Amino acid sequence: MSNLSATIEPTGHAAPASEDAMDTVTRTGSETLSMNKAINAALADVLAENPRALVLGEDVGQLGGVFRITDGLQKRFGAERVFDTPLAESGILGMSVGLAMAGYHPIPEVQFDGFTYPAINQIVTQMARMNFRTRGALPMPITLRIPSFGGIQSPELHSESLEYIFAHVAGLKVVSPSSPHQAYHLMRHAATRPDPVVFMEPKSRYWQKDTVDFDDPGTLEGSVVVRPGRHLTLVAWGGMVARCLQVAELAAEDGIDVEVLDLRWLKPIDAAGLAASVSKTRRAVVVHEAPRSAGLGAEVAQTITEACFGTLKAPVERVTGFDVPFPSGSLEAEYLPNIDRILYGIQRVLEYQRG
Amino acid sequence: MTEAPRLEPHSTALPADELVELYRLMTKVRHLDTSAIAWQRQGILPGYAPMQGQEAAQVGSVRAMDTGRDFVFPTYREMGAALAAGVDMPEFMATHKATWNGGLYDATKYRFTPIQTVIAGSALHAVGWGHGQRLDAIREGRPETDLPTALIFLGDGASSQGDIHEAMNFAGIFKTPVVFFVQNNGWAISVPTEQQVAGGSVAARGAGYGIPAIKLDGNDVEAVVRGTRAAVEHARSGKGPAIVEAMTYRRGPHSTSDDPGRYRTLEDERRDAGADPIESLRDRLLADGTLDADAVTAIQAEAADFEEATRLAVQAQGPRPGAEMFEYVYQEQTEALKQQATQWREESEHV
Repeated sequence: MSNLSATIEPTGHAAPASEDAMDTVTRTGSETLSMNKAINAALADVLAENPRALVLGEDVGQLGGVFRITDGLQKRFGAERVFDTPLAESGILGMSVGLAMAGYHPIPEVQFDGFTYPAINQIVTQMARMNFRTRGALPMPITLRIPSFGGIQSPELHSESLEYIFAHVAGLKVVSPSSPHQAYHLMRHAATRPDPVVFMEPKSRYWQKDTVDFDDPGTLEGSVVVRPGRHLTLVAWGGMVARCLQVAELAAEDGIDVEVLDLRWLKPIDAAGLAASVSKTRRAVVVHEAPRSAGLGAEVAQTITEACFGTLKAPVERVTGFDVPFPSGSLEAEYLPNIDRILYGIQRVLEYQRG
Repeated sequence: MTEAPRLEPHSTALPADELVELYRLMTKVRHLDTSAIAWQRQGILPGYAPMQGQEAAQVGSVRAMDTGRDFVFPTYREMGAALAAGVDMPEFMATHKATWNGGLYDATKYRFTPIQTVIAGSALHAVGWGHGQRLDAIREGRPETDLPTALIFLGDGASSQGDIHEAMNFAGIFKTPVVFFVQNNGWAISVPTEQQVAGGSVAARGAGYGIPAIKLDGNDVEAVVRGTRAAVEHARSGKGPAIVEAMTYRRGPHSTSDDPGRYRTLEDERRDAGADPIESLRDRLLADGTLDADAVTAIQAEAADFEEATRLAVQAQGPRPGAEMFEYVYQEQTEALKQQATQWREESEHV
């Protein structure tokens, strides 16, 4: 698996953003960072602050991970705290459960989303339930990092949107950052929580640079409006947020003022934030990469409908992946919600007439 | 590749008073186990997983641990291990009473995890916990020569699960202080060991992982204690994991809803069960004069009293408040869950 992964690893990795910055826990000011560097910085800070935080997974040590998210961490924090495991995802998650029982805060990496499937048993039957089963005696402070979603033409089972499973599992929390700023702050937040958090990193956004404001994280719970607008709310997460911002720019040229809401937390979802946005715009389109049927878009649509039924001008529209296995790279652009499909969704909502 | 060292039973024979103590524990376990089946028939328990025949394996293996600092990872058939570890029995039985899945006891107080229904799943937890003991020693600058050690229970059936391979491989790689204690009781519900364990022995698999193993008579409590002590000594001293395969026999059904008559005959059971672990120990202690008939009677009476007290406590155990469903999902409860709890309370308690 790791060999296959390595072949699709994009080029252009530089050294860590700043060795000096990695030596300080309290970062100040702001810095332009790619998302992979931002997560790397957050992990370094978490490891520096909490001597019981551990990073483990396949190739996370000497190599620094196939996406270099853990680059330099083993060198700085030692091979006891940042360590390679055998190639076995159930083992990685099961071992993390045991480490949490021993009082540690494991931050396991599953190398690619699709390799999470061999670990589903440990995640669903053990990690998610141990706090419940033991009536709080054995909490599971585990932050599970998963490079997620499509968009980089990767091999089969390297492009899954696992919120379609994990957002339904009692005992888990699920979050996905859409920008370097969000990635840095949400990782630091998630990795200090006492509950298991699945941290879904949009791998198509790993190399996009943007400003990380270390002084002002902003709110760390719930959703955020990343572009205000008056006519319609686009709800998205992970890699789809940037695409929705592009769509909003194009729609603005036609005089359509689109609000983009980055849902961020996929469990629990921010019902109040959705209601606040849509009660203003009165129209909503939810965009996600996972297949449509029983996807998280249905939950978002129902949440909006419960809160805003009286004022909605149209049913909540879904623009999603299709009910097919994630296809090969050459068909990826046909499968993923693209700008045109999202614009069509917007058009359907705007043109909707009550029968 | 280095060959796994052979594991020899601990050289010290058990003193008479320790054997008497083990006999007392095993007698209690047998009484409670037999009674729990009756409790199920009487409607006190919805279900139970009997462990008759495995008293020596369970009591003996826990005896080899330091229950003050080690940690035990059971499956669902380890009432005997729980009793030997000192777990509060009514709180343990709460899982079979359907009071709370996992029981009501504090897993950290008794250093005994909740029962595990997805067998083999907890083997990896034991490996992770054991690795944590190594990391503790490293962080605190202690030599890794006196480590708290994990005892993992698994059966011949669980050995078929992939997680057991991953656990043994991880434990071998990380040299974690864990003892894989295999109760080979001949049956995984209805499937006999010969249709379950390729090669015929779980202990033999240790060689492939470089893990020393010992196969012993699981119906002989002294053999279990001495064999497990050797395994614990190996793991505790920082040499890595060890495997104990205790050959025993599940004398009862898989569970109170099982019917062994569909897959084995009474003749099979008589032929294959081997010596009853409790009767043979009693006979030995009577024969060498350690116990007399009066002492045996007193021990049985004590076990009967214990069973009676446990039954009364289990019967008195009421259901947990429904609010606990919502309370224990997370350490930090979510707003959505709070709202569901409120709605539940309004609609079911009419407040």
